Amino acid sequence: MNINTANEVILEAKNLVKTYSQSSGRFGFGQTQIRALDHVSIALKAGTTLAVVGESGSGKSTLARCLLQLQSYDSGNVIFAGQDLAQLDKQGLCAVRKNLQMVFQDPFASLNPRMRVGEIIGEGLLIHALGTAAEQKNKVLQMLERVGMSADDAQKYPHQFSGGQRQRIGIARALVLQPQVVVCDEPVSALDVSVQAQILILLKDLQKEMNLSYIFISHDLRVVRHIADEMVVMHQGKIVEKGQVKDIYNAPQQVYTQQLLNAIPGRSAVLN
Amino acid sequence: MNTAVQEVTPILKVNDLTVFPQNVPSRLLVNKTNFALYAGKTTCIVGESGSGKSLTALTIMGLLSSQLQAKGSVDFNGEDISKLSNKALQKIRGAKIGMIFQEPMTSLNPVLTVGFQIGESLSAHLGLKGSGLKLRVESLLQQVGIPIERANSYPDELSGGQRQRVMIAMSIACEPALLIADEPTTALDVTVQAQILQLLHDLKTRMNMAMLFITHDFGVVADIADDVIVMFRGEIVESGTKKEVLTHPKHPYTKALLACVPDAEGKKQLKPINYSWLETAT
Repeated sequence: MNINTANEVILEAKNLVKTYSQSSGRFGFGQTQIRALDHVSIALKAGTTLAVVGESGSGKSTLARCLLQLQSYDSGNVIFAGQDLAQLDKQGLCAVRKNLQMVFQDPFASLNPRMRVGEIIGEGLLIHALGTAAEQKNKVLQMLERVGMSADDAQKYPHQFSGGQRQRIGIARALVLQPQVVVCDEPVSALDVSVQAQILILLKDLQKEMNLSYIFISHDLRVVRHIADEMVVMHQGKIVEKGQVKDIYNAPQQVYTQQLLNAIPGRSAVLN
Repeated sequence: MNTAVQEVTPILKVNDLTVFPQNVPSRLLVNKTNFALYAGKTTCIVGESGSGKSLTALTIMGLLSSQLQAKGSVDFNGEDISKLSNKALQKIRGAKIGMIFQEPMTSLNPVLTVGFQIGESLSAHLGLKGSGLKLRVESLLQQVGIPIERANSYPDELSGGQRQRVMIAMSIACEPALLIADEPTTALDVTVQAQILQLLHDLKTRMNMAMLFITHDFGVVADIADDVIVMFRGEIVESGTKKEVLTHPKHPYTKALLACVPDAEGKKQLKPINYSWLETAT
């Protein structure tokens, strides 16, 4: 990893706009337009972590879904490795998704309860037809062990695992394809602090080993300070502040960012 | 009022409290816990999921599921309330012991106005009705920072933070001596959380209540606690003042848990808990 590749922008969103309409009024005949994304632009540099911070309803999860084309947007572009993703056909998008993976927030809802863990992790390899059956099996087992689980676990079902273990399975599923970018949507917010620490350390180690770039969606400003290099702060669908994590935490420019940082529980108290 | 006496006489005293499933008596979910709560003090129980912190609160209130059984005693104002009948407990719950739970939406009845729901415990416990009741409900809404017109709103018309404020108004309606709050801010955004913590702190001080605050978040503990109890696998492993526990933790588990909490300055190296080491160390 030289400095050049570290500076190269790998995933970029330009002027994304997404409007939801919602029925309103007592009997739902009215229509209200909600701007979930209001001209949002972000740039993720290869090998780094960009955190998207905001409160509920700020549009951060909508942004994550739009980046992966899991959701349509009204206007704007998402550019990955020089390609505009909205221009791609289904097959083209499928090929790109190998390099663009997601880790979801809820480790209980995001794993198919009827599939064995080995099948869940191996499904991507199967879809993208990567390697022979034996090679796929090997990759799955290696990945399982890399995320701190054992090869025997491949035969088990998701319900046999704790929240932290399931999140490890979710990470293994995303990383077995050796993607370049992983979008993590609140990956540790459902976990206990002790498990959260394990998963954060794992994500950081894997980033170094596999030269991953992360988009890290979170409302937890302690976690963001720990894992991210750069950050954007979202409020009501707009980016209100962006920059290096260090700079923003030391000297937030916008009133909203200041409020958010002041609200970190225990910030002024003995804990730090 | 003699403050010295107040400090030594606890509002609530829990003695050797043990909780286990009825069909597996050897599995101790809460194991011989002892602690005391004092007027005007906030005691935080902190621990991971499954450590027994919520079960402890439920047992105090006599709300344990029928599959679980409790042993030990819970002295509230000198009376052992753990042996009381459900009917006798109902006179205490909501009147002398207030409760707030994590999810305001699931704790509120969606088809009743919030004003009615706040008024329910007032009419049940204090026999208020008519304009007296209305005035009291409005004063409670004011105390928790909600415009009084909101009395006629339904829970779904309020934001998460407002719903939790309504829950707080309900729980303090009869001016309880003890308020039990089980993760009251976990479902809220950070800025709203900060407001709710401030509100609870102010109410506790003004009403001189004892507050038992259950949380898994050390940041919240640092903000709101006077005393801290750390639970691990059903046992209290450490307790003391906030300063003692957070800055000079003695038990290896407390130290390990604190090492998992990311700081806001980004200086700290996170260290996962080594449970097998912990078992040999304790």
